[in-house]
Amino acid sequence: MTRIFYYLPVFILFFWMLVVVFQPLLALSPNDIDLDKVLGTPGGSSWFGEDDLGRSVADRLLSGAQVSLFVALTVMSLTLVIGTCIGVCSAWFGGWVDQLVMRITDIFLAFPGILLAIALAGLLGPGIGNVVLALSVVGWVGFARLARGQVLLLKTRDHIVAARSLGTSSYKIIIWHLLPLIVAPLIVEATFTVAGLIIAEAGLSFLGLGVQAPSASWGSMIRDGSRYLLVAPHLVIIPAIALFSVVMAINLMGDQLRDRLDVRS
Amino acid sequence: MQIVLIRFFSALAVMLGVSIIVFFFIHFIPGDPVEVILGETARSSDREALREALGLNQPLMTQWLNYMSGLLRGDLGLSLYSRQPVTELILQRLPASAELSIAAMFVGLLLSIPLGIWAAMHKGKIWDMATSSFMLLGIAIPNFVFGPVLVLVFSLWLGWLPVSGRDGFLSLILPAITLGTVMAAILARMLRSSLLEVMSEDYIRSAHARGLSPLRVMFRHALRNAILPMITLLGLQLGGLLAGAVITETVFDWPGIGRLTVEAIQRRDYPLLQGCILFISAIYVSVNMLTDILYQQIDPRIRCAV
Repeated sequence: MTRIFYYLPVFILFFWMLVVVFQPLLALSPNDIDLDKVLGTPGGSSWFGEDDLGRSVADRLLSGAQVSLFVALTVMSLTLVIGTCIGVCSAWFGGWVDQLVMRITDIFLAFPGILLAIALAGLLGPGIGNVVLALSVVGWVGFARLARGQVLLLKTRDHIVAARSLGTSSYKIIIWHLLPLIVAPLIVEATFTVAGLIIAEAGLSFLGLGVQAPSASWGSMIRDGSRYLLVAPHLVIIPAIALFSVVMAINLMGDQLRDRLDVRS
Repeated sequence: MQIVLIRFFSALAVMLGVSIIVFFFIHFIPGDPVEVILGETARSSDREALREALGLNQPLMTQWLNYMSGLLRGDLGLSLYSRQPVTELILQRLPASAELSIAAMFVGLLLSIPLGIWAAMHKGKIWDMATSSFMLLGIAIPNFVFGPVLVLVFSLWLGWLPVSGRDGFLSLILPAITLGTVMAAILARMLRSSLLEVMSEDYIRSAHARGLSPLRVMFRHALRNAILPMITLLGLQLGGLLAGAVITETVFDWPGIGRLTVEAIQRRDYPLLQGCILFISAIYVSVNMLTDILYQQIDPRIRCAV
């Protein structure tokens, strides 16, 4: 029984990854309007019913997965790389570089992150590219702080001191002696970040700042569906369950990874 | 006193950085406010006149100095859309925002403290699992999902509470629960783990050994120490509350500052948007400064260490 719970998050994520990767083979028609089927209930002509324009909710759900996961994974990769570079350099070189980086992160942390992303996405105008940009501008700070803290802890370890006294270049020490040791906490942080980003992307789409009509994303499906809450609650409930399943699975997997990799929170 | 001053000036420095970033974001972003107000078909002479009136034809540095001197006088400029002072527009919405934040905070504390204690007292048992799953649930369900679901159940099916708007106490309940639940989940998780840590300390064991009842040990001995980290988190959570309010206020059509921010974005009302972000950040920074100071006052270990 506990084994099932243990592997459940992996199964859920594997399912959604398959959906995203094999999207072209599924022959989805998320934008086909069929006015005979407007607000069709689930179980009728299709699994999950139809929305206010008679478009298949199941098809839109699957194609929305692509948007959500694409944005989350892209932003995570970008911020992970940029944040880690900044954090590692800041801690390694110290001095005024470190001071400057820390003051800048202080300022970014003074905004509630999602608020800045909302404002930026709003200013840049709606669209997936701008959502990625807005979330990335806000997101690197967490990784930078984490990487910096880790490197500061490791900097005085014997093997680093030894490498330094042997005249190894900073570049080599960082790549071969530091990065492998800080990868574990970064991976755990990155996992939780993806969950947060999926919610953030959906939130921006909910405010109308994300993907533009007729393309679907889970957030925009929830927004469009909330207008028909009384007559067709499935329009909100189905994308909400999809969103929830992924976020929950990622969070659980993050917990497991943290225990497995023995990272202290 | 010295600590208070240091914290105050560093908060001031952070706010200065925030205002610079906000100013430059807004000025380097593509899209001409003049075009937004007049539309694409406006005559070029009209455009120039408006540009002049808004001060947009001056060098960026002069614009920034004007903006900063206005900021120091509490003048955030005029809204492009309604031509009213931004400060006035924000202050009009402040009561609604304050009401919602306080109510959400109340919901958050009311749920999190008993849940955290309950989970810690039954560690590893079914009750702990149940409350822990609730906490995970609370964190994983976004506001814009939880809000509509609450509306569906309590407004549409049961008909107990209004769907949206701000009209008396009843209309406050659903937005406050929506905002407060996420906060409750995070706080309860924190309280549980910090209680568990405190409970393994020697003085708790000796309290048990002295034959004190478990409830007395919990409330008189463990809780007092475990609740300290919650103060810092509460300050940080307020930031989440302010940002979460942007979405929650949209869901419930609540006339607060979050809703005003979204309106400013939709109308491309740059001065108003700038004002809203600065205002929310200022509140966030001040609250975090106050919690830091408060924390030092409450915890003698930190007070003596500094």
